Amino acid sequence: MSKTKINDINRNIYDIKNKDEYDFKIKKGLTKDIIEEISKQKNDPEWMKEFRLKALEVYNQLELPTWGPDISELNMEEIATYVRPKTSLNNSWDDVPEDIKSTFDKLGIPDAEKTSLAGVGAQYDSEVVYHSMKEELIKQGVIYTDMETAVREYPDLVKKHFMKCVPIYDHKFVALHGAVWSGGSFVYVPKGVKVDIPLQSYFRLNSPESGQFEHTLIIVDEGASLHFIEGCSAPKYNKVNLHAGCVELYVKENAYLRYSTIENWSKNMLNLNTKKAIVEKNAQVDWVTGSFGSKISMLYPMSILNGEGAKTEYTGISFAGEGQNLDTGFKVVHNSPNTSSVVNSKSISKNGGKCTYRSLVRINETATHSKSSVSCESLMLDDISISDTIPVNDIRTDEVEFSHEAKIGKISDKTIFYLMSRGLSEEDAKAMIVRGFAYPISKELPVEYAVEMNNLINLELEGAIG
Amino acid sequence: MSQDLLEIKDLHVKAEDKEILKGINLKIKKGEIHVIMGPNGSGKTTTANSILNNPAYQKVNGSITLEGEDITHLKTDEIARKGIFMSFQLPEEIPGVSVTNFLKYAKNKVTGKPVKVFQFKDELETYMKELNMNPKNMERSLNVGFSGGEKKKNEILQMLVLNPKLAILDETDSGLDVDAIKTVSKGIEMFKNDENAILIITHNTKILHSLNVDYVHVLVDGKIVKTGGQDLAKEIEENGYSQYK
Repeated sequence: MSKTKINDINRNIYDIKNKDEYDFKIKKGLTKDIIEEISKQKNDPEWMKEFRLKALEVYNQLELPTWGPDISELNMEEIATYVRPKTSLNNSWDDVPEDIKSTFDKLGIPDAEKTSLAGVGAQYDSEVVYHSMKEELIKQGVIYTDMETAVREYPDLVKKHFMKCVPIYDHKFVALHGAVWSGGSFVYVPKGVKVDIPLQSYFRLNSPESGQFEHTLIIVDEGASLHFIEGCSAPKYNKVNLHAGCVELYVKENAYLRYSTIENWSKNMLNLNTKKAIVEKNAQVDWVTGSFGSKISMLYPMSILNGEGAKTEYTGISFAGEGQNLDTGFKVVHNSPNTSSVVNSKSISKNGGKCTYRSLVRINETATHSKSSVSCESLMLDDISISDTIPVNDIRTDEVEFSHEAKIGKISDKTIFYLMSRGLSEEDAKAMIVRGFAYPISKELPVEYAVEMNNLINLELEGAIG
Repeated sequence: MSQDLLEIKDLHVKAEDKEILKGINLKIKKGEIHVIMGPNGSGKTTTANSILNNPAYQKVNGSITLEGEDITHLKTDEIARKGIFMSFQLPEEIPGVSVTNFLKYAKNKVTGKPVKVFQFKDELETYMKELNMNPKNMERSLNVGFSGGEKKKNEILQMLVLNPKLAILDETDSGLDVDAIKTVSKGIEMFKNDENAILIITHNTKILHSLNVDYVHVLVDGKIVKTGGQDLAKEIEENGYSQYK
């Protein structure tokens, strides 16, 4: 077992490391043998094994992206792509091993399940260790399970949708994901079923020098609605960890899906996640995203508005501190008439952190009478931090309403003086300004995440004043 | 016998390497209302900012004491917690922070005690009624989209809630119509008692029509050139500052 060093930074609960105990950890690197071994370990059906090997081929053919943050430090030879925890899938927390359960306890997952969630999935390293959903949803035909179970039990639904929204040819890390994916959640909401209380999956990566490649596949059928919450965290190690998950969302006619994420990876994580939604006629997908952790993030959720009258909203915030480079944004393609997209993005950078908002708005010739409005604001807390906006707007019809607004600002000394004259310390003053700046986003988050986000802001700003 | 609350001795202050205050001396006792008047650029706002030790201004010489304690070089928030408040000429806007939450937080910082939510809400509502403020403003972001008058009333509201020993009102009356000035004066009357004091900084005399003040100081070119009673304000209203230049 590899030894890990513990850094003495305090990220409270997020940094609680369990011993790197596992049932099975694949050897590092990426070869055909390794993929076959993962497939064997996971009892894949034949089609999935073939799919993985095909994806590996594509991975080997594709180049690293030539734009964005430098990810050359990522050496796949040093990453273990599959780590199976010492437990199987459980549907009672009592059956989850104590150290793993205690991690999720501290993250507040079982508590939230009791009070405010309709279903919970919890993944530890490469496998889902807990999955459960309220009885009444099962009766209504809602499916919420781990991805492996879905592959086994709902092969038709999975085959029809798995990596069709996000094909393995999209980019190198999607191909990687296709080859080594493990865990994640599968949700199917039948026609007309409104799931009023959110479902939540939480992904925890404990094992050092490893990768997490969970696959989330959600199908919200015609006229149905769902709020899905995804939470991610990991303790800090000295070596690079990789997260290359994939989220595919299918929102059918008149359906509604809200997808909320809080990513709070540790600062040794490369987060190269891919998320995409296909939105049909008069359907809507709303993305709410908070990106805090990771060393490097490249994360650009995408909505493809295929049906007439389809809508999407993106509300996102990222917070980059020392040594962090968060390259995030949103992509939308308008393919049909009367579609609309609204983007509200904010970023905060401090102590030399870098936030980039990178976006695509494409309105095709076919998307007449569509609307798109983009607003992005950045706040820099000092002179050494960096903020950038790189929008690409590709508008191919005149019959649209399009607006783009970008603001980059700094906290002014006058504002700090004003707040300090009311008894707030400089730290308190900055934290209040940042919380206020983030408020329009945090109010969109589920309440416990909004609280967590405020705590994170306070935590990030502690000791930030030289 | 009334006690000394604030004492400024021979205060010299620079801003951007230019000496603005050239030896200010001022004593304020509990229960008093003082007014500093002066033409634009005479150093009025610098005086207010220096008392709260705004880092944009450098103290070259002199001292400031509050109830005998040297506060010359304390940080702004420490000075605020010792009981000095300033109403700003141009209050800052804080998006995403509601007036209620801001005041609750500030009150907690100033008093060092937890704020009792319901009692606090009642208190706030009472003050707002007196100040003719729209209760809906409570949930709005602090000063964001407020009119000039609303911002000034909000400053007075903060003064009432934080209940300082010394309130400095920097040009609180400027840009206000007659009714708003009356409301602000009412707020000042509500605040005023024998244990606290007020320092009003202004370049005009409008607010002095509805308030009884104890001392008027004329500030010209960084120095107090004359001190008198309410009559002095009247005289300046008639003759301006030219005779002091």
